[in-house]
Amino acid sequence: MPAALLGWTDTLVQGVMLGGLYGLFAVGLSLVFGVMRIVNIAHGDLIVLAAFGAIVATSASGTVPAPGLPLWIAAPLVVAAMYAFGYILQRGVLNTTIAGGELPPLLVTFGVSIVIQNLLLEFYSADPRSLAAGGLETRSVELFAGVTVGVLPLATLAIALGITAFLQWLFGRTNIGRAFRAASDDPEIAGLMGIATRHVYALATALALAVVAIAGMLLAVRTTVAPADGPNNLIYAFEAVIIGGLGSFWGTLAGGVILGISQAIGFRLSPGWGAFAGHIVFLAILALRPQGLFPRTRTQA
Amino acid sequence: MTPQGRPGARAPAAGERPAAALLLRTRRLDAFYGDYQALAGIDFEVRPGEVVGVIGANGAGKTTLLRTLAGLLPCPRAALEFQGRSIGGLPANRIVALGIALVPEGRRLFPSLSVEENLRIGAFARRPGDWNVGRVYELFPVLGERRRAGATDLSGGQQQMVAIGRALMSNPSLLLCDELSLGLAPVVVRDIYAALAKLTAQGLSAVIVEQDVALARSTAARLYCIQEGRVSLEGDAASLTRERIARAYFGI
Amino acid sequence: MTAPDTGPSSAHWRVSQSTRAGRFGLLVWAALLAAAAALPWWADASYMRLATEFACLLVLAQMWNLLAGYGGMVSVGQQGYLGIGGYALIALADYGGINPFACVLLAGGVAAAVSVPTAALVFRLQGGHFAIGTWVVAEVFRLVASNTAALGGGSGRSLQAMREFARALREPLTYWIGLAVAAASVTGVYLLMRSRLGLALAALRDSEVAAESQGVNVRFTKVLVYVLSALGCGVAGALYFLMNLRISPDAAFTVGWSAAIIFIVVIGGIGTIEGPIIGTLLYFALRETLADFGTWYLIALGIVAIVAMVRFPKGIWGTLAERYGLYLFPVQRRVVRDP
Repeated sequence: MPAALLGWTDTLVQGVMLGGLYGLFAVGLSLVFGVMRIVNIAHGDLIVLAAFGAIVATSASGTVPAPGLPLWIAAPLVVAAMYAFGYILQRGVLNTTIAGGELPPLLVTFGVSIVIQNLLLEFYSADPRSLAAGGLETRSVELFAGVTVGVLPLATLAIALGITAFLQWLFGRTNIGRAFRAASDDPEIAGLMGIATRHVYALATALALAVVAIAGMLLAVRTTVAPADGPNNLIYAFEAVIIGGLGSFWGTLAGGVILGISQAIGFRLSPGWGAFAGHIVFLAILALRPQGLFPRTRTQA
Repeated sequence: MTPQGRPGARAPAAGERPAAALLLRTRRLDAFYGDYQALAGIDFEVRPGEVVGVIGANGAGKTTLLRTLAGLLPCPRAALEFQGRSIGGLPANRIVALGIALVPEGRRLFPSLSVEENLRIGAFARRPGDWNVGRVYELFPVLGERRRAGATDLSGGQQQMVAIGRALMSNPSLLLCDELSLGLAPVVVRDIYAALAKLTAQGLSAVIVEQDVALARSTAARLYCIQEGRVSLEGDAASLTRERIARAYFGI
Repeated sequence: MTAPDTGPSSAHWRVSQSTRAGRFGLLVWAALLAAAAALPWWADASYMRLATEFACLLVLAQMWNLLAGYGGMVSVGQQGYLGIGGYALIALADYGGINPFACVLLAGGVAAAVSVPTAALVFRLQGGHFAIGTWVVAEVFRLVASNTAALGGGSGRSLQAMREFARALREPLTYWIGLAVAAASVTGVYLLMRSRLGLALAALRDSEVAAESQGVNVRFTKVLVYVLSALGCGVAGALYFLMNLRISPDAAFTVGWSAAIIFIVVIGGIGTIEGPIIGTLLYFALRETLADFGTWYLIALGIVAIVAMVRFPKGIWGTLAERYGLYLFPVQRRVVRDP
């Protein structure tokens, strides 16, 4: 293969891998929006919070506390903690504002975003940190002649595919998934079916934050995270959701991959233009196909 | 179950009747939308196996009554009694588990669920009983043919069948039906009511709210007429004359 | 008052927008404005700076409230227009050679002009998606500014044109412009809400479909409000950097502006003109007394905003107005009985 073509192939592959991470960011956001019509502005900060949770849990020194847990113990703990936090956040705070329309929960999550950012800043300073994963972060495999990919990005993509498939199955084929969709369509009638909507909403947010926890830890292994990184994560997740359309989790993941490829190409053209290229693709989709690439059909799943 | 054989007997006797003999009863039930009082002092009862009709003009409070019985509107605990238990104020998701199911006005199917999913979600409360998707398809064979269709892609009559089937999936002891005939062709209404008759013949109790007085009279054993949030007339469907109903209906 | 007489015993009813508190408010308003205009003679320069900053935030809060509180369009991206206003000031004054004080209004015009094509894009999103969409647009503006060498790139640049003005002239002049702009924003929103547009917005907020059927051009009304809000934010941004004398992409386009503005309006009372004023006062009072606590101060602001949204969604003014029937800026139409 000629060198230039090889370079572009590599860019494309890297973009797909990055897109897997963005897709993971995005499915959590679209889950919460899909069930409750809440746009969670704190989504990106929750990703960072989960990353810090894992970093602190695995630190043997340098943070307070410093329990020094191995990652294989810390990771499920962080997922469980975020799941619980999601349940409490929805049940204790967001549910009380949901009746007032879309505005109050949006503003509450904006407040949550500020609180999380500044708490992390207060306790762990503005320094970027990363999560050690026992050498996984540097290992790579040769995909085909001349194109090598990191094991971690590959694993991230695989995890993103697995979680998307799981959510699609959960929403499409299970009782609780039907309850999520019913509560989204018509909460009052969902109540008549025996669905406790407040509990179901809390479960949806809990589930979204469990996904967020996984995404946050993968992010922190891949690169460094700092308390102020939340907003960018939110914006990438949001762009992936809109590019993908609101039809299915697969569409959202595809939106993430398209965003990842766009950023990788932009970055290759000029290192300062990565995020910018993603924004431009997002705005172009908005201008040309505002319903997204894979919009909702009448019945999903 | 002895005191049941007193057709049409009412008012003072209601308090004396042992509660166990009644499936459902309300006591001086009030309901409000904000400051607006939609129901005032409703005494209403349903006996086991009975079909009760509720008639009245638009805005009289019929739908409000059903919504309150189903738990969609709050009321004091003691104002609503079901199978001898005070259940007023319980949320809808608890009440359906006790055996009251509502077929809401306008059907209100879940648009993002298929026909079969709409039926399956009806069983979410896991109340034991012998209703399942197959039995609903026996009752309404056309739904079996369109099980994979989006619920709101069906015709109005078929949607009404899904709404009834969805309510049945919760294995109710009491089925509340709000304006089943609304917006449907007469021939479709006949089919729907024929199906309802089959169900009640098997012993299911039902409350049907209807604008169509003739339909209500022919379906229900007993009728309540509601006017401006109060019971203006009640009695055996057979014994109530057209004139009395007209007077109670319009308040003239 | 001439109202149709409906019978000998019936009272006269009319629809009124004025209240006794409102007429009293006008007097207070005029007195405060006069006292404020004399500030350069009775306070030192640090207060003038603070007051100018106050004016900026008040204008921003009024503009966000116009957009979100009256127009129902929640934006988290008004910092985009604030930044454009600031950069337009630099471009017009340093490269265009226009008097920097005159540039404040022109910069608002530039922001308004940019907002028209932007509206075409972001209006394709609804509700919360609109909110984040506006944020993305502000990010795009930031990245453009960061990558434009003539505007100082990522590190920003100073306002060169201000060098020819002596400090003794510069500071009071900036302050007076701030005062005028702040007064204009309050009066402007007040008059706007009493006009036909205010009525259209009220109808549209209740139901867009119903408003449309009553002859309200929903799309035009919303775009108009969006552009006016951008204009105000652009003016506020130009004013801020006229005072600051230095601009950078991160200072101009940070979402922190939105955080402050939203806090101000939510705490003060969304959907009222008084709310943003009270909110700005409270914001400055908290900032001046608690700023030493650094991040804890911001954490407290966030928590206060959350609690307010959950417990007092109408904010301070909304809660008081409901309880005591107070309206200093009566834009609501009420039915009153003539004696």
